[in-house]
Amino acid sequence: MSDHDQAIIICRCEDLSLAQIRRAMAYGAQTIDEIKRLTRCGMGACQGRTCRPLVAAELARALNQPLWRVVMPRFRPPSKPVLLGSLARAEQEDREDDHD
Amino acid sequence: MTERTGVVIIGGGVIGCAIAYYLARSGYSDVMVLEQSYLASGSTGRCGAGVRQQWGTEMNCILSRESVRRFETLNEELAYPGDIEFKQRGYLILAHSEREWEQFAKNLRLQQSLGIPARAVDPHEARELVPMLNTEGLLGATFCPTDGHCNPFYVTQAYARAAARLGVSIRTFTRVEAIVIHGGRVRGVSTPAGDIEAEVVVNAAGAYAGEVGRLAGLELPVYSERHQILVTEPVAPALDPMVLSFSRHLYCQQTPHGSFIMGLGDPAEPRGTDTGHSWQFLQRMAARVTELLPPLAGLRVVRQWSGSYNISPDRQPILGPAGTVGGLFLAVGFSGHGFMLAPVVGETLAALILDQTPPVDVSRLDAGRFARGDLIVEPSVV
Repeated sequence: MSDHDQAIIICRCEDLSLAQIRRAMAYGAQTIDEIKRLTRCGMGACQGRTCRPLVAAELARALNQPLWRVVMPRFRPPSKPVLLGSLARAEQEDREDDHD
Repeated sequence: MTERTGVVIIGGGVIGCAIAYYLARSGYSDVMVLEQSYLASGSTGRCGAGVRQQWGTEMNCILSRESVRRFETLNEELAYPGDIEFKQRGYLILAHSEREWEQFAKNLRLQQSLGIPARAVDPHEARELVPMLNTEGLLGATFCPTDGHCNPFYVTQAYARAAARLGVSIRTFTRVEAIVIHGGRVRGVSTPAGDIEAEVVVNAAGAYAGEVGRLAGLELPVYSERHQILVTEPVAPALDPMVLSFSRHLYCQQTPHGSFIMGLGDPAEPRGTDTGHSWQFLQRMAARVTELLPPLAGLRVVRQWSGSYNISPDRQPILGPAGTVGGLFLAVGFSGHGFMLAPVVGETLAALILDQTPPVDVSRLDAGRFARGDLIVEPSVV
């Protein structure tokens, strides 16, 4: 691993460098989902908006595949972090609507 | 192309990888783990990661107690270069009704008779253990300080790596399409990459246990059911024990990473292996958890997902030989608590396959108990 790889941040939310992503790939990860579970890459507040295309490009290069062959992880809500308190209030309002 | 091996394990979740490791540790490494996706891609990697010993049946208590003993030394046992993140900060199980409290009294007597250090706590002590707990309407709780949680991805990796070092072949993205049976015995399996001859086949397929059973002509008494879960942004440590409520159908823990993970049992969830998500879950979960742990209202949800419970009629796993088909072994029907039982189940299945004495006598958890009507239903599940 070069110092250069360690200086390049791929996942800002989880503070992961290119070196850490390459280590997961050297360990055998062939998909974005595996890298995510091994490193937490893409598990942060932005849900992988920044790191996903970067990791996909790395995988495509390493596996010598076109980028479109790299399988994207399943999208999971919410698209932006939401307060539990806001969700709880929404539940309460829905229940009140049911009683109207 | 036809290959040959001794034991084929179907399923690269924590159960399959643990069985493979303990087989290899016993000196038998002619083993192949076949996983249709990547390791821990199914129920293992989607679970709530809890490890508890506070159960209502003797077998669940013994299996979880023995697994906790093994989790405690698993980093060293498996020579894992990372950390499986086993944290023993206890489980606090809440009672809000007389009925629950009576069941817990029974559970405690059973747990204590088996050497599990669980005890009753009053609402005041419950609040000392979990300062953010809303104790309104709380009758009491039970607490076991050696319960906790552990990282399912890393435990699975640790078992798989250790097994591979001992000579086990781990094949991901390899789906078993058929189980070959001849003369009442398994002879091997078929995959898109070719056939594999084997004397023993293990069904450790988690959510897909029923489908894999049918490949061998067996109708197993299990079904899968979706369970949803969410994770919040990470914050400073604020919650030590896992908080569990059966009447509220919820559990909530703070991981070493700082995020809170919580899930809900909902009878309206669809059966099958669907791992989708619903908006209703987010709202219901938020409403119930903020009632019990009000300060969490200020935390943001980052992501939701779901996984499958593979449910058996008595909420206990089905372990051991399939009986009617020679050479076929079952480790299925974990009913939502497979991850926490994996260490001792792996060791036990390995012993049964090798015809050795297992660390725990699981003969009461055999596949034949349903036909015999010999069920002991686990009362304490979410």
